[in-house]
Amino acid sequence: MQSELSGGFTQAPQQAAQAFRACLEAMARPGQVQAIRGAAPPAPLSPAAGAVLLTLVDQAVTLHLAPSHDTPAIRAWVAFHCGAQLVDAEQADFALGTWAALGPIERFAIGTPDYPDRSATLIVEMAAFGAANARLSGPGIASVQEADLPAIPAIQQNHAQFPLGLDFLLCSGAQVFGLPRSTKVEAL
Amino acid sequence: MSDQAYNFAYLDEATKRMIRRAILKGLAVPGYQVPFASREMPMPYGWGTGGVQVTAACLTPEDTLKVIDQGADDTTNAVSIRTFFERTAGVATTTQTAQASVIQTRHRIPEEPLRAGQILVYQVPIPEPLRFLEPRESETRKMHALEEYGLMHVKLYEDIARHGEISTAYAYPVRVEGRYVMDPSPIPKFDNPKLGNCPAIQLFGAGREQRIYALPPYCDVVSLDFEDHPFTPSKADHDCDLCGCATSYLDEVITDDQGGRMFVCSDTDFCETRRDAGHRGRLSPEETA
Repeated sequence: MQSELSGGFTQAPQQAAQAFRACLEAMARPGQVQAIRGAAPPAPLSPAAGAVLLTLVDQAVTLHLAPSHDTPAIRAWVAFHCGAQLVDAEQADFALGTWAALGPIERFAIGTPDYPDRSATLIVEMAAFGAANARLSGPGIASVQEADLPAIPAIQQNHAQFPLGLDFLLCSGAQVFGLPRSTKVEAL
Repeated sequence: MSDQAYNFAYLDEATKRMIRRAILKGLAVPGYQVPFASREMPMPYGWGTGGVQVTAACLTPEDTLKVIDQGADDTTNAVSIRTFFERTAGVATTTQTAQASVIQTRHRIPEEPLRAGQILVYQVPIPEPLRFLEPRESETRKMHALEEYGLMHVKLYEDIARHGEISTAYAYPVRVEGRYVMDPSPIPKFDNPKLGNCPAIQLFGAGREQRIYALPPYCDVVSLDFEDHPFTPSKADHDCDLCGCATSYLDEVITDDQGGRMFVCSDTDFCETRRDAGHRGRLSPEETA
C-alpha cells in the first residue's frame, strides 16, 4: 500500500549515489537522456523527479511546489523523505512542477554576479520526451545534441543571462536530462 | 570488504547531498568556484581533503577507483586515499587508467586519453587563480563577477619582462568558455592542453579553501597567453630512461652525487604499460632470457 512513508530509497547511500551519477551525467551532458531509478513517489510525481528530490533536496534547502504538484500526497511525501521547507517561487532553491505550472520562470532566483551558484534548479515534469524540437550546443556537447524542450524562447533568454540563470532537470517516467544555463539552444 | 562502522563512502548523506548540489552548480557554470561546507576529513589539509570529499560524493558501489599523486599510483598519498575508499566504500581499485571509472589525482592528468564515463577529480590547494595577486576574497570575487582579469595578464607580462618568457610552469591559469579564469590546480603546464575538449567530467575540490569547481566534457579551455608569446606546454628535453617514451611528462631523479640523473615518466601506469609492451629506454636494456 502506498503511503507517504513508502517510496523512498531502500538503500539510501548506494541508491542516492547511483541517482546522483545520473544527475551528474545529465548536467554534464545537456540533452542526453539518463536512466534514474530507486524512487516510487505518489502520482503525479514521476519516479525520476522523485529520485532527484531524494538525491538533492533536504532540510538545508527550500523547495517550491508548482500548482501541478502541490497535492497533499506530494507534500506529505516530501515532508517525510526530504524535509525541505516549502516556499514561494522567489525564495526557492529547487522547484518542482510541469513547465506550464512553473511559469513564469522569471520569478526564480538566477543568482548574483558575485554568487551565480545561488540560483534555482527547476525540476520539470514532462509527459514524455517526444521528437526533438531544439538543437543544443555548448559545454558538455561534443558537436551538437538534439532534445525535446518544453519551451524555447524562455530557455534562450535564460542562457542569455549566463553566468547567471536557472538550471533545469527535465524528468519523464524513469528518465532525466539536464539543461544548464550554459547551453545554447536553437529551434529546429 | 568495507568497514561496517562507516556509512558508504565515509561521509553522511546530508553532507553528500550538499556536495552534490555544489558539483551540479559547478558544472552549470564551468570554471566558477562554488563555495561548499567542507568537512574535516581523517587526513590533514593539503593531503587532498577536497578531492576526497568530491570523490566520496560521486562514488557508487560499481565504480573502480584509481588514485594518483603526481602521476604515481604507489606514493603515500595515493596509497592512503585508495585504501581509505577500499575500507569505507568497498569499491574496486585499480592502477590502470583505462580500467578506472573515477580517478582522483594530485597534480597530474594521466597520459592515456580519458574517455566518456570517467570522472577525473583534482585535489586543489589554492583554487583562486588571483589569490597571489589580490589577497582579499571580497576583491577577487568582484574581479570574477566583472571579468576583471587584467591583473593576471600583467603577472604573465612581468614574467616575460623578467625572464624573457612566461615562466609559470605549473598551475598555469586558463580561461573557461571565454568567461571564468580558473586555476587548473598545480598540474604542469604540459597537461593544460588536455583540460579542454576532454570527453570525461573533470571536478576540482579544495577542502581547506572550501571550493568546488568543474569542467563539463568538451569544454573550451584556453591557457592565457599573448599573441607574440603564445602558450607552450613544456617538458624535460629527454626520453624516458625506462620506457623510452619521447612524448610523456618526465620526472628528473638524482641518482648519485656525481651529477648522475635519470628521467622517468611521471605517470607510472603509462610507463609500466609501455615496458610491458616491450618498449625500452636508456637504463632498462632488453632483458635477456
